[in-house]
Amino acid sequence: MLYKIVSKLFLWIGAVCIVVISGCSTDQEIDRNPETTSLKLRFSHSWDAQQVSKDDFNSLKYTNAHQEEMSIELLRYLISNVSLENEEGEVITIEDYHLIDLQDDSSLMYRSADSIPIGTYKNLRFTFGFDNDDNRSGVYADLNTALWNVPEMMGGGYHYMQLEGKFLDSTQTETGYQFHAIRAVDNSSDNPVFEDTFFKVSLGRVTIDKSSELQIDMNIAEWFKNPNEWNLNDLHSMLMPNFDAQVMMYENGKDVFKLKSD
Amino acid sequence: MIKIQGFIREFRFVVWVLLLAACSNDEPTSVLDDETYQPTPVELNIPAFFKSSIIDPVIPISNPLTEEGIVLGKKLFFDPVLSVDHSISCADCHMPHSAFTDTNVLSEGVNGALGSRNAMPLFNLAWNFDELFFWDGSASSLENQVFHPVPDSSEMANTWEKVVSDLESDSEYPDLFFAAFAEEGIDSLKVAKAIAQFERTLISGSSKFDKYLANEVELTDEEQNGLAVFLDETRGDCFHCHGNPNNPLWTDNIFHNNGLDSSFADLGLGKITGDPADNGKFKTPSLRNLAFTAPYMHDGRFSTLEEVIDHYSEGLQNSATIDPLMKKVADGGVRLTDKDKANLKAFLLTLSDEDFVNDPSFR
Ligand code: HEC
Ligand code: HEC
Repeated sequence: MLYKIVSKLFLWIGAVCIVVISGCSTDQEIDRNPETTSLKLRFSHSWDAQQVSKDDFNSLKYTNAHQEEMSIELLRYLISNVSLENEEGEVITIEDYHLIDLQDDSSLMYRSADSIPIGTYKNLRFTFGFDNDDNRSGVYADLNTALWNVPEMMGGGYHYMQLEGKFLDSTQTETGYQFHAIRAVDNSSDNPVFEDTFFKVSLGRVTIDKSSELQIDMNIAEWFKNPNEWNLNDLHSMLMPNFDAQVMMYENGKDVFKLKSD
Repeated sequence: MIKIQGFIREFRFVVWVLLLAACSNDEPTSVLDDETYQPTPVELNIPAFFKSSIIDPVIPISNPLTEEGIVLGKKLFFDPVLSVDHSISCADCHMPHSAFTDTNVLSEGVNGALGSRNAMPLFNLAWNFDELFFWDGSASSLENQVFHPVPDSSEMANTWEKVVSDLESDSEYPDLFFAAFAEEGIDSLKVAKAIAQFERTLISGSSKFDKYLANEVELTDEEQNGLAVFLDETRGDCFHCHGNPNNPLWTDNIFHNNGLDSSFADLGLGKITGDPADNGKFKTPSLRNLAFTAPYMHDGRFSTLEEVIDHYSEGLQNSATIDPLMKKVADGGVRLTDKDKANLKAFLLTLSDEDFVNDPSFR
């Protein structure tokens, strides 16, 4: 009996050691090349000066540039191909994508593989949405699982953003809006016409070290402001197949992201 | 979150394998000969398209699938022994030929007591990644779900003491439990684990539409147009919640208010979270197997698909929590043409799976 207990104890200690050792050995691998780390991006959200989190959802607490009171009920968006350009002009591109969903706290953090050389870079960039090479229908299991797809009849591939909520329309009725960004498509003829609406965001100079986390803020109000003052009364529904609306979102999206230092 | 959970699961699995490997190497083999029995591990029989298109199903490390566990779970599922007077089994409300629901608006428990919601069909449950079950998400895993119907006074109205003693005094169950769990003794958790194992094997993946995607059959023009209505943001726009041809589940497994009522007799998710913004929200049901699952909605209010489609087309009721995806609510909806309605119905029916409801291994 005692033998059994003692031997069990040894087994447990042994097993824990195996786990710990295998854990250690991965650490050592990283340590052999001490100049690299993972890139850690934390996504935050604001409405001009106010912070926005999921706790702010479902109430008409925001006013857009067109003076419409509005709420947010859903905000998900995709970023891809984060890249870093060093002082010599060399660019490291992380071939990857990440879906941010304000409802899911863990999605607010993006962490790359441990392969980024520590140092200062003159530009951090990422793609909002997918470029056309990556925007292939049905190929990403996690995005299919999240029902992130765009139907083939609207060009296929994936959504870039889903922003949904309610606004007070001109008759003071709470009305739903679905501000969904995709690649612009004009389906009115037999030959659909596309226009690219993904865009590269440049955030400027960054320093990457082992512990640092970079914070990227999306000012949601910007989607409705500039250069196109968005009129939700006119444009709140069925925007996916609306070519002009997609192009306007693209134009307004250019300056929604900022690097935040705090 | 899904990714992290997956990682944790994998990590736990690795630890577990290491532990097992360590144990089996060093254990003196002669001592434990009679204790070396282990149930036979099995893999879910996952349709190829599920494997290639969506992430892996949820199989908890604490309840791996085994041949013996599934056999036991199936027997328990069909056995009225779980109810207080041995009058009803799970399968009375979850009948195989109805895609594991029943045909009533509300289901009868023991003594004819009525529940308050429409019974739900059971299939592809291992792909409910958030593991929130019931119309309001109040059961947090398939294992935990079993703890609801057994004591529920409008369902089986039993106590676990009685369930366990009835099973222990049975001529077959003690051996079946040993075979499934490699240890003596019966308890509620083992009952729940076995039933959950059986439920995970209920996979529906061979509807006409699945065969269409595999290039085995063609859709009719009506069905094709119905699919277009379903996917068209200016007509049905059903896909944002119920999915699209790149995902075989036909649900997002998320909670929404699809505009059934302007005030709520049943608060749904709101009763569970206590957040008024969740009032009137219910879990999106899968659109597979609608041919077998009438009546529809959480309270079984619609007896036909025509009524369901009319609801989305012109019957929407406004409320504070109605989903933003519900359009033209003031007009009752987007007002589909009669042709589009009929075609939408034809498309929906292509998602029904005769092979699933007739599968002999599920009876
Ligand atoms: C009296 C009828 C009845 C009996 C008996 C019954 N159920 Fe149910 N089942 C229901 C109803 C009604 C619901 C929906 C309840 C709700 O949402 O509040 C449901 C829901 C479920 C769900 C959730 C499915 C999902 O997708 O969320 C599972 C799983 C389930 N039942 C399994 C079982 C099992 C296992 C048993 C036997 C131990 C059982 N049921 C016995 C009526 C019944
Ligand atoms: C906003 C998300 C959403 C959209 C968009 C949506 N549904 Fe639903 N659907 C739901 C929810 C949630 C339920 C369950 C509601 C309840 O029971 O309270 C449901 C229920 C159903 C049911 C009943 C299924 C059953 O087993 O009871 C059918 C059929 C259905 N929807 C078809 C459609 C069709 C067709 C469309 C497009 C015209 C559509 N839905 C659009 C969320 C949605």
